Amino acid sequence: MPELTNKDRMKIPRHHMPEQAPEVRIHNFNEVNLGYTIELAREEAERCLRCKKPVCIEGCPVAVKIPDFIKLVAEGKFKEAAEILKEDNALPAICGRVCPQEDQCEKVCVVAKKGEPVAIGHLERFVADWERMNIGYRLPEMRPKTGKKVAIVGGGPAGLSCAKDLIIMGHDVTVFEALHEIGGVLIYGIPEFRLPKEIVRAEVDYLRMLGVEFVTNYVIGLTETIDELLQRYDAVFIGVGAGLPYFLNIPGENLLGIYSANEFLTRVNLMRAFEFPKADTPIMNLQGKDVAVFGGGNTAMDAVRTALRLGAKNAMIIYRRTEAEMPARIEEIKHAKEEGVKFIFLSAPLEFIGDDDGWVRAVKIQKMQLGEPDSSGRRKPIPIEGAIETIPIDAAVIAIGNGSNPIISKTTPDLKVNKWGNIIVDPETMKTSKKGVFAGGDIVTGGATVILAMGAGRKAAKAIDEYLKNPEVW
Amino acid sequence: MNKIVEARFLAPDIKLFRIEAPKIAEKRKPGQFVVVRVEELGERIPLTIADSNLEEGTVTIIVQGVGKTTKHLNLLEAGDFIHDIVGPLGKPSEIENYGVAVSIGGGVGTAIAYPTAKALKEAGNYVIGIIGGRSKEFVILEDEMRRICDELYPTTDDGSYGFHGFVTHKLQKLLDEGRKIDFVLAIGPIPMMKAVADVTRPYGIKTVVSLNPIMVDATGMCGGCRVTVDNKIYFACVDGPEFDAHKVDFDNLMKRNRMYLEHEKKSLEEFICRIDLMAKKLEKQNA
Ligand SMILES: Cc1cc2nc3c(=O)[nH]c(=O)nc-3n(C[C@H](O)[C@H](O)[C@H](O)COP(=O)(O)OP(=O)(O)OC[C@H]3O[C@@H](n4cnc5c(N)ncnc54)[C@H](O)[C@@H]3O)c2cc1C
Ligand SMILES: Cc1cc2nc3c(=O)[nH]c(=O)nc-3n(C[C@H](O)[C@H](O)[C@H](O)COP(=O)(O)OP(=O)(O)OC[C@H]3O[C@@H](n4cnc5c(N)ncnc54)[C@H](O)[C@@H]3O)c2cc1C
Ligand code: SF4
Ligand code: FES
Repeated sequence: MPELTNKDRMKIPRHHMPEQAPEVRIHNFNEVNLGYTIELAREEAERCLRCKKPVCIEGCPVAVKIPDFIKLVAEGKFKEAAEILKEDNALPAICGRVCPQEDQCEKVCVVAKKGEPVAIGHLERFVADWERMNIGYRLPEMRPKTGKKVAIVGGGPAGLSCAKDLIIMGHDVTVFEALHEIGGVLIYGIPEFRLPKEIVRAEVDYLRMLGVEFVTNYVIGLTETIDELLQRYDAVFIGVGAGLPYFLNIPGENLLGIYSANEFLTRVNLMRAFEFPKADTPIMNLQGKDVAVFGGGNTAMDAVRTALRLGAKNAMIIYRRTEAEMPARIEEIKHAKEEGVKFIFLSAPLEFIGDDDGWVRAVKIQKMQLGEPDSSGRRKPIPIEGAIETIPIDAAVIAIGNGSNPIISKTTPDLKVNKWGNIIVDPETMKTSKKGVFAGGDIVTGGATVILAMGAGRKAAKAIDEYLKNPEVW
Repeated sequence: MNKIVEARFLAPDIKLFRIEAPKIAEKRKPGQFVVVRVEELGERIPLTIADSNLEEGTVTIIVQGVGKTTKHLNLLEAGDFIHDIVGPLGKPSEIENYGVAVSIGGGVGTAIAYPTAKALKEAGNYVIGIIGGRSKEFVILEDEMRRICDELYPTTDDGSYGFHGFVTHKLQKLLDEGRKIDFVLAIGPIPMMKAVADVTRPYGIKTVVSLNPIMVDATGMCGGCRVTVDNKIYFACVDGPEFDAHKVDFDNLMKRNRMYLEHEKKSLEEFICRIDLMAKKLEKQNA
């Protein structure tokens, strides 16, 4: 192709992601997005203006060298593109699928001023998938063994990225995970139709190949405490996530048919309840049922779309504010709408109503209107007096966020946490109040994103490496 | 994968296992439990740690076959492996010297009450044991309980052994006789625990029960195990499993435990089919 001018590039429309048709995909758990073909990827890559001052990099929490990898895609040099991508992003196949690009790199992309931004996320996904499927993972250059040992607590994105950097730096790394499978939210929370588990497992296998040891079914704080780990390891990284579901605290919440999103998604994803009875763990029969999901984030979208796939006749999102305030990724909202999810905005649940057997039958809703912006800048919903409705439902999923699980803080008294139970760290080094202990990811920030957890894990790895060289000065 | 070093039946379809799990053996306290998965696609189920042996690094669990997973487990023998075991989970029992403590176990509940009763004895309590079963063969751990109890009363519903009647009747009888009782621990089927709570309530005797809601992760992550106590929501896997019997909403727990009855039936049927099929295949191979 001849060298294009910026004007030519701006004329190319954004290439849409091929996907399963909505009427097909609501009957299966396979991935919705099918991925760019080589042609689509190369054409999309031509849309990038290769800016002198690439603002997209500033928009990326881990500063992926975006125009560089995109240029290599345009040239068909996918292997080289993958190498560049992986210098900054430890899990590109995952981030390409789940990052909120519209709030990060694509939000600031120059092309977006006149049209749609370059599809940076789709290209990231393409490159990572191409590498995995065509050449597989290669061994990176490993530093000589240092003889130091690091324990990683929690096998989510924070722990995995920390483990990867530390093993490459020559340290021995063991990951301790409470559940029977590694991956954190990537395994138990985010559904197969958005992030195939095979991809997460491939990443974990890669770390295993690099020499990372994994110990599952091991709850730090209960099976072994942080203090005991410190006797066996030279440093500890805590990446245990935000695993304590909030409930609405309204009457009727213990009725049958009411789940936290964590329970609902864990049953379906980790325990594979959608394959019942081949898999043993059940999920209530949702065939032909009315299901309400409370919340407006990615978790709520995942739950409502899971309910549809389990056969719900009517899957609803009930949210206190309006669409504009919903924190979910735009793509998830779009997909949910295409699939027929109903959105009921400006509605806050007041009470669940049950039948004699204890099953939920309806929810009472307070209608809201938007008032002044609150501290987060979002307009605060305020109740409209007397505007109360009753919506019949057979099941409900509560997806209003997670707090921090207290198992570690309770068993590690000298580990400082804030009033929400989040571990307090030095933001530069991720070190905690306890010598030799570092932390990152959702347990520090509260529920955030995969890329931020990954970034925190890598920052901690760098600091741990320094600490291991000279623990006295820390 | 954890190796089973001993497996033997204590009663019809109630089986004791000693399983290699050195870390758990070292850490566990009375009242805590493990979560077990028997096979790759199996359910995660909670089982109380009845005992542990530090030298051999084993924990003891006692399992009543009530459905697919427990019946599958009860097919295993010494030398077999458990797919996953994690623990110790839950809050340990609050052990104090109350004075006179009554430990009540109904059916397999005796196995769950046993470690706490033992700890109560070690803490200096005068321990009275009441262990019930439908009939003689369902009364378990009698020898073990006798060793740690100052008085032990087996009871059977049909009168085939010991006191004829429910464990609550025996408890009521002790109270009627004017016995001073300072603490009651009651573990068994939900209606039994509820009945014990009703017996002790008028006397104001501190009464603790161990709740058995349906669990998934058992680390506080899912909230599936939530129970209503004193009109508040608690997660039984981290805030319990032991709670003040006089404040527990037993009806809510009973209903919630019935949530998957149809699934459970199907799951067991499929499992039996699977075993049948294997047996038929074997026959064919041998023919
Ligand atoms: C349903 C859902 C959808 C989401 N969708 C998106 C999305 O589209 N895009 C996005 O960027 N973000 C999304 N997020 C948020 C994102 O998944 C999290 O921010 C991220 O996973 C946090 O990573 P982490 O490593 O800190 O913790 P986690 O992923 O939570 O992993 C923590 C791990 O530690 C383990 N653990 C906990 N306690 C212990 C202990 N005591 N001992 C040993 N192990 C322990 C846990 O079992 C878990 O495996 C979503 C979250 C959910 C719940
Ligand atoms: C803290 C705790 C300690 C326990 N200790 C023991 C013990 O020491 N010995 C023993 O025999 N039993 C114990 N139980 C009960 C045991 O967990 C259940 O009998 C078992 O899960 C049933 O599984 P199943 O597949 O065999 O039967 P199913 O047919 O699946 O279920 C039978 C009944 O068991 C309950 N149940 C089902 N799934 C679960 C689950 N995932 N978690 C909890 N309950 C479930 C339900 O009420 C159900 O109706 C304990 C339960 C709890 C919560
Ligand atoms: S801002 Fe957009 S156009 Fe500019 S380099 Fe980044 S991706 Fe390319
Ligand atoms: S079993 Fe999940 S929180 Fe208790």
